[in-house]
Amino acid sequence: MMKYKLLNFAKQVGLMLLVVWTVVSIVTFMIEILPGDRAVSALGENATPVQLANFRRVHGLDKPAFFLSYSNAEGFKWNGGDNRYANYWKGILKGDLGKSFKGERPVSGMILERYPATIKLAVAALLVAVAIAIPLGVLAGTNKNNFVDNLASFFALLGISLPTFVVGPFLVYLFAVQFRIFSPTGSANPEDIVLPAITLGAALSAILTRMVRSSVIEELGEDYVRTARAKGLSERKVVYKHVLKNGLIPVVTILGLQLGVLLAGAIITEKIFGWQGLGLLLLDEGIRKDDYRLIQGCVLVISITFILANSLTDLVYRWLDPRIRLS
Amino acid sequence: MNRLTYIVLILTAIFAPWIATHDVTAQNLIMRYSAPTAEHWFGTDSLGRDVFSRLVFGARISLEVGIIVVAVSSFIGTIIGSIAGFYGGFVDKFLSGYLFNVFLAFPGLLLAIALVAFLGAGLNILIFALCVIGWVGYARVMRGQVLKVREYDFVQAARALGASNMRILFTHILPNAIQPLIVQASLGMAGAVLSEASLSFLGLGIPAPAPSWGTMLEEARGLDTLYSAPHVFFFPAIAIALTVLAFNFIGDGLREYLDPKQRKR
Repeated sequence: MMKYKLLNFAKQVGLMLLVVWTVVSIVTFMIEILPGDRAVSALGENATPVQLANFRRVHGLDKPAFFLSYSNAEGFKWNGGDNRYANYWKGILKGDLGKSFKGERPVSGMILERYPATIKLAVAALLVAVAIAIPLGVLAGTNKNNFVDNLASFFALLGISLPTFVVGPFLVYLFAVQFRIFSPTGSANPEDIVLPAITLGAALSAILTRMVRSSVIEELGEDYVRTARAKGLSERKVVYKHVLKNGLIPVVTILGLQLGVLLAGAIITEKIFGWQGLGLLLLDEGIRKDDYRLIQGCVLVISITFILANSLTDLVYRWLDPRIRLS
Repeated sequence: MNRLTYIVLILTAIFAPWIATHDVTAQNLIMRYSAPTAEHWFGTDSLGRDVFSRLVFGARISLEVGIIVVAVSSFIGTIIGSIAGFYGGFVDKFLSGYLFNVFLAFPGLLLAIALVAFLGAGLNILIFALCVIGWVGYARVMRGQVLKVREYDFVQAARALGASNMRILFTHILPNAIQPLIVQASLGMAGAVLSEASLSFLGLGIPAPAPSWGTMLEEARGLDTLYSAPHVFFFPAIAIALTVLAFNFIGDGLREYLDPKQRKR
């Protein structure tokens, strides 16, 4: 059994590495096939040849792009190990993601500066989602098909159909323009997280509410519920201690699968509220300023976070359900 | 209700030039932030453009992107998925074990953002990016279906009659395996409309004067507009919510209809 477990673990790690390798390769490939000279586009048309050469040397642009290159004059040519692709990988292993094309700051430093803000936002959104979904889902599930259930299910459907970029500005309109409780943008004050977290958590809470509801309904039909009731437990205890614990297992899986949606949604949420996270860094500093090294780094870090979060969910899932843990 | 939204949306998209009351890009700075009137049914935006007309043409963009993306990505997904399910072995190991997992293990919208960032914003690139992230859902469904159907007796019978692999796959297995794809396509339509609006909202979709719903929302979310003319924000918001709701409803309904196990509940 131990051997099987190790094998499974190795498989998982292997797949993770494959995914990261593919993602980095795709992004690097896309940067390299773009027409135009990076040095000229970064420094402008008026840069002197010395400046251009210097820029190329700093960013490794004087090296060939890949192991193999092709030109009409020479055909295929083997470039050896000293190429941009291999060097980028060597950098990653040392935690170095290269230097920004604009301003020459190390990309890893820029990302580390913004990373905590995004994680904070994602965790806050997750908490909002769970705080809404569990009581609402239990309420709907225990009141199956009556008015309370319909109301909760309607809310869930609404949440699923309203995209982040509708919920966000709507909350701004309600709480910043009409009632002036929160400031519309920024991430300076501690209460500034409230609106972004609700925005990002709304869709997730809707999906989770549906899951909790159907899970509770299913579990309520099980034999152990009858046993628990027969031994005189209060309905509250039956639901929250027995039903919910078993019913949460599928919910955790969905939670893990939704983390990607959360991270992608974070990019939009950060833009709406000017939240200084990774998404805003990617949009404002990377994409708008054509800083390809920074785009490369942001995409890499966001995808690795996503993959790690998924694997973590898998672990929690195993811990929650002993049947899976033992098999 | 959802069927109504659906029909209204399609008719609006087809007959957009006749329904729209104004030129979608015509600016009229004197008429900025006009409230809904008989002249401008849904009011005007920050540049004095008619919100109703822009919404009508926006429906066309949404639907166009949705239909093309669903058609192309379900076609590609069907082929790759069937090949994985039909041939099995190493082919399946590579396709479903590696390729599917890579695309599933990666936040789709991020990949689309990266693609558009490198290739430049525009309608064709947007559609390309959404197809790149969209095909894998269909491929996974088709693989599972083909795996199931290829074990049926009529496949054995066709093989005994000497039919080629291609003939078995395309004339015997596919028609019997394609049903769940319809559900996936309907939900995929909602996803594509949403992704288009998201990318346009981020300024990575269809460039500015074109009236995409995402672009309209992005332009209307400024504090000036929310202060002085919130309707400029609310009309496209309602349009997109209703559209996504309708496609999700249809997808859910189809799933229940096609799955007798769920229909009983």
